[in-house]
Amino acid sequence: MKIVVPLKQVPDLVEDLEVDATGKALDAEEVKLKLNEFDDQALEEALLLKESGAADEVVAMAFDGEDVDKMLFTAIAKGANKAIKLNGSSPTDIHQLAKAFANAVATEGFDLVMAGVQSADGRDGHLGPIMAEYLSVPCISVVAGVSVSGGQATVQKEYSGGMLGEFEVDLPAVLGIQAAAQAPRYAPVSKVRQIQQTETIQEMDAGDLGAGAGSAISSMAAPEKGLGAKMLDDVEALMAVLKDKGVA
Amino acid sequence: MANILVVTEHLKGEFQDITFEMLGKAKEIAQSTGGSCSAMVFGSMSGQTDQMGAADTVITAEVGDDYNPEAYAAAVKSVVSANSPDLIMIGSTSMGIDIANPVSTALDIPTVSFCADIVAAGGGFTCTSQMYGGKMNVVSSVDGALISMVLAGSFNADTGRVSGSPAVEASAVEAGAGKVRFKQLIEPEAADVDITQSDILVAVGRGIGSKDDIEVAEELAEALEADIACSRPIVDAGWMSKSHQVGKSGMKVKPKVYIALGISGAPEHIEGMKATSTIIAINTDKNAPIFDVAHYGMTEDLFDVVEELLEELD
Ligand SMILES: Cc1cc2nc3c(=O)[nH]c(=O)nc-3n(C[C@H](O)[C@H](O)[C@H](O)COP(=O)(O)OP(=O)(O)OC[C@H]3O[C@@H](n4cnc5c(N)ncnc54)[C@H](O)[C@@H]3O)c2cc1C
Ligand SMILES: Nc1ncnc2c1ncn2[C@@H]1O[C@H](COP(=O)(O)O)[C@@H](O)[C@H]1O
Repeated sequence: MKIVVPLKQVPDLVEDLEVDATGKALDAEEVKLKLNEFDDQALEEALLLKESGAADEVVAMAFDGEDVDKMLFTAIAKGANKAIKLNGSSPTDIHQLAKAFANAVATEGFDLVMAGVQSADGRDGHLGPIMAEYLSVPCISVVAGVSVSGGQATVQKEYSGGMLGEFEVDLPAVLGIQAAAQAPRYAPVSKVRQIQQTETIQEMDAGDLGAGAGSAISSMAAPEKGLGAKMLDDVEALMAVLKDKGVA
Repeated sequence: MANILVVTEHLKGEFQDITFEMLGKAKEIAQSTGGSCSAMVFGSMSGQTDQMGAADTVITAEVGDDYNPEAYAAAVKSVVSANSPDLIMIGSTSMGIDIANPVSTALDIPTVSFCADIVAAGGGFTCTSQMYGGKMNVVSSVDGALISMVLAGSFNADTGRVSGSPAVEASAVEAGAGKVRFKQLIEPEAADVDITQSDILVAVGRGIGSKDDIEVAEELAEALEADIACSRPIVDAGWMSKSHQVGKSGMKVKPKVYIALGISGAPEHIEGMKATSTIIAINTDKNAPIFDVAHYGMTEDLFDVVEELLEELD
């Protein structure tokens, strides 16, 4: 059984984010990129399935871009069997991007695609369920538990309030992963460096991206401040609030 | 003139709040543009159309009571393709992700995710999405038809909670391919403490840094006679049990006082705690979105603050 995990880098949200001169995008110079946290969860769950013997092969896949090679080498260092980088014409929206991934996994072959549930900068839909539609395979998102046997997967999908829905899905299928069974593993820098020297990233043409179905951004701005919190200068002020609220 | 379709959501025989939030907003847009609002309901929820007074029409789909991503998406696809609504409102929820995307793809309708506001503009719509964990508001404009995925907590549910007797139409839905089968609902594990009943909560986020350091927050909770709660990454890391998680996929809490330590305030966290009377946030990042919903804030290292507080409280 073969699992493909699409990986994406997103801005590190702990850093300050600045809007660029167009007023419609983040200032790329200021952005620090990191692996989308749900993709890290998806990769972990895929590797756990491989280690348990349920899967034979885990393929990390990404669209070409800044620092993508390092992200893919890191995935191999964590245990992915190989990495594929898509290039060719640049997708203009998530539908075109999903088409590129659908083309690629169709060429590569797959039993499961495990994408992250969402990304912090995804504005026009979600890659997993869109590529599933292009591939005419089923998709379940917000998954926090996967087991595989006999051509089907049993998955647990999170609802609100800690409720889960359990489903059985025929393979091949696409899943949007929320959380792995354990915290994502860490790859030491030395191991990543070594992989960088010994492994190669396979390149694949993204193929025909279709017409897409996008929408334009008209503006981007940090939420207006001022409605928010009364800022306290010291712990004394905080104590006063706690006393006032009858807590301390 | 905007004709709007609201895709309702239910769990265990009850419409979810997001349904009424969307209905209230849909009714407002329909009225202001001289359009109409219909609500799509699934399975035996068709027996509760008296709660759908905000809609002009209810469209029913016989797809079973238990949510099934494949069957429900197929039903919405056929209703959208038959009725060609201008605006389709779907929750930015677990169910909504499974439905909005395939409908968008099959029918070539753009989707805007994480919508906190929607305004009819010209022949189309302008949507404001909360992105980057709540650090940026992004405005999208769409000229034609649009699927908007609505963030829970964006609109007032009470405006949409109207009783009435809208016209009911049955849709001719096709069965899905049968590749997805619902097995069971799994209830949350019994908890040592029910944080939805707590008066005071001390909540820790990723800013706490390590499992061992949670002890510091526990000491504060003890000193304040508070219960302890957390954000999702703390549970995913295995540092606390799921029953302590506040947010979209965790618990909805409304204590008198909520003290957030090292929580950034992503929309998925806010969804679970914004009804709190007094929110106090301690975060080193002055731009953390938690300060937009908090009543009091401090941009300090949480460990310094907690240590000093513990001394004061001693
Ligand atoms: C479908 C779905 C459902 C979700 N459901 C939930 C949910 O139910 N609950 C939930 O919480 N999240 C949920 N999330 C995750 C959510 O998107 C965020 O990832 C999460 O809330 C972030 O948690 P955090 O604020 O603890 O971590 P971060 O966003 O990493 O924030 C950590 C914060 O700590 C601050 N900090 C760091 N060090 C210190 C220090 N020493 N002192 C003070 N401050 C410090 C940083 O400035 C930062 O703001 C969900 C996501 C998805 C996609
Ligand atoms: N540019 C991209 N490259 C690789 N994977 C992506 C990309 N965009 C989205 N994905 C995948 O799709 C998931 C959902 O993201 P989104 O489509 O933004 O909701 C991510 O977690 C990734 O697994």
